[in-house]
Amino acid sequence: MTATAPIPTATPSLGLAALPIDPDQRKGALGQISLRGVNCYYGSHLAVADVSLEIPPRAVTAFIGPSGCGKSTLLRAINRLHEVILGARADGSITLDGANLYGNGVDPVAVRSRVGMVFQKANPFPAMSIRDNVLAGLIIRGQRRGSKVGDDLVESCLRRAHLWDEVKDRLRKPGGSLSGGQQQRLCIARAVAVRPEVLLMDEPCSALDPISTLAIEELMRELARDYTVVVVTHNMAQAGRVSDRTAFFSVSGAGQPGRLIEAGPTADLFSAPKVPATRDYIDGRFG
Amino acid sequence: MAVLAVLAGVLIFLAVEGGPAVFYKQGALPAHATSFWQLAGPLAFGSLWVAVIALAFAAPPAIGVALAATVYAPNQRFGRLLAAVLDLLAAVPSVVFGLWGLMILAPLMGPVDAWLGRYLPWLPFFAGPPSPTGRTVLTAGLVVAVMILPIMAAMCRETFALTPTTLMEAGLALGATRWEMVRWAVLPGARSGMVAGAMLGFGRALGETMAVAMVLSPTPFLVSVNVISSDNPATIAAFIASTFPESRGKQVGALIGLGLVLFGVSLLISVIGRRIGRKAVPA
Repeated sequence: MTATAPIPTATPSLGLAALPIDPDQRKGALGQISLRGVNCYYGSHLAVADVSLEIPPRAVTAFIGPSGCGKSTLLRAINRLHEVILGARADGSITLDGANLYGNGVDPVAVRSRVGMVFQKANPFPAMSIRDNVLAGLIIRGQRRGSKVGDDLVESCLRRAHLWDEVKDRLRKPGGSLSGGQQQRLCIARAVAVRPEVLLMDEPCSALDPISTLAIEELMRELARDYTVVVVTHNMAQAGRVSDRTAFFSVSGAGQPGRLIEAGPTADLFSAPKVPATRDYIDGRFG
Repeated sequence: MAVLAVLAGVLIFLAVEGGPAVFYKQGALPAHATSFWQLAGPLAFGSLWVAVIALAFAAPPAIGVALAATVYAPNQRFGRLLAAVLDLLAAVPSVVFGLWGLMILAPLMGPVDAWLGRYLPWLPFFAGPPSPTGRTVLTAGLVVAVMILPIMAAMCRETFALTPTTLMEAGLALGATRWEMVRWAVLPGARSGMVAGAMLGFGRALGETMAVAMVLSPTPFLVSVNVISSDNPATIAAFIASTFPESRGKQVGALIGLGLVLFGVSLLISVIGRRIGRKAVPA
């Protein structure tokens, strides 16, 4: 891996105990992620091998690469969602502001409340209203907020997701009544409502039309002011538009594990890739 | 179409043969009843009461087992094994369950009934006096619960398995524990399926004949929610089965009339069930 831009470092004093679910107890957290020697498995099959990568806080990092290169798998390892698939596991170390997310005794539930996720297909809870969908993270954990506090949170999160003006008059309608792009923004509002430090986005625009895609991309840039954003995308133009840094993954053949080929500032990686494989991929898609 | 024709045929049979029984007076009716409704009312109550108890006992384990086989299964083999065991349970004949209830469960339930009668007598269900034999409505309800468990668990399992993975992951990604995820991502979407399973189980419990007839020795015309007493209400199906051999003429008509009442009750329950099931589906 090649890293040219200086990477801000997190306060290293935070240990394992520093994974509080309550966002108020982790002021000053940056949301810097470091991957060291990460392997991801499905049963005995090694899907991602030996990835070491720095993901800087308050920036957009894009994971690009051909299908089957393990970029989505790796993304899901960051919030420990990879392991919920039967037989799937990951090893190596992934730290968030210095705390190892895969350390002994670390509760994956606590990890996921700090590392939020937006999925490929918008997945609002169909039985919940738009309002309840935004508050879903709190409702699920039994922290139903009083109506005033809840209203404020709903409005601020929906405004963040650029959805407020479109839905403010129908907050009690089911989340499924929105269009695809609106549903995806609702899911972003829902993820933001639990106040994570990191937002993982797994091809968030792949099911959306160009206008909705543009809206989400704009949103990603804004979110990166407050969150560490990691986005997996097939769309190289999108990676070029939204990301500060890009990591290129590839796989050498069927049955082989995906590997990190090259990572660096997006402009450098696109204009002057250091590894021939990266150049081939970029040229192939753009040419 | 064929199903409708059979259903209509059954209904016509019940109505023609049993309909007039509604107006029968003392003498023509079994058990020396003075009117048809004096007989049918308590029996209908008994059927519903045993079915309610069975449902109350069967629903939690049915949902639990279904969750264990789908969401909580550590691997696919465990889930399949659990499903196979339940299907095996469904293959046991009703008479065998009746024997089991009578000879094994009832003696075990005797002390339970005594305990309930001693410590919870202020609840109308446990007013007692406790039956020393354990041949009570509580025991009958438990036996029927075991019988309806497989169908309910199977229905629940099917619906739980239909939950989109992406919804479950949405819950987990928000920091939900596994149970919180089940509570908010799996159960809401499965509500209509669970209601349907409960209705199927309830319908089976209403019609259950042999197990109840073997466990209970009924007291005619009794309406009581007391589940631990030796004085038990009878159920329609068990009453028909036990009275039929010694009935003739108009008495047979009266029993068929009781069948008509059971048919009506079952129909009503399934209509209500459908209502609840439909309401659960979000607009």
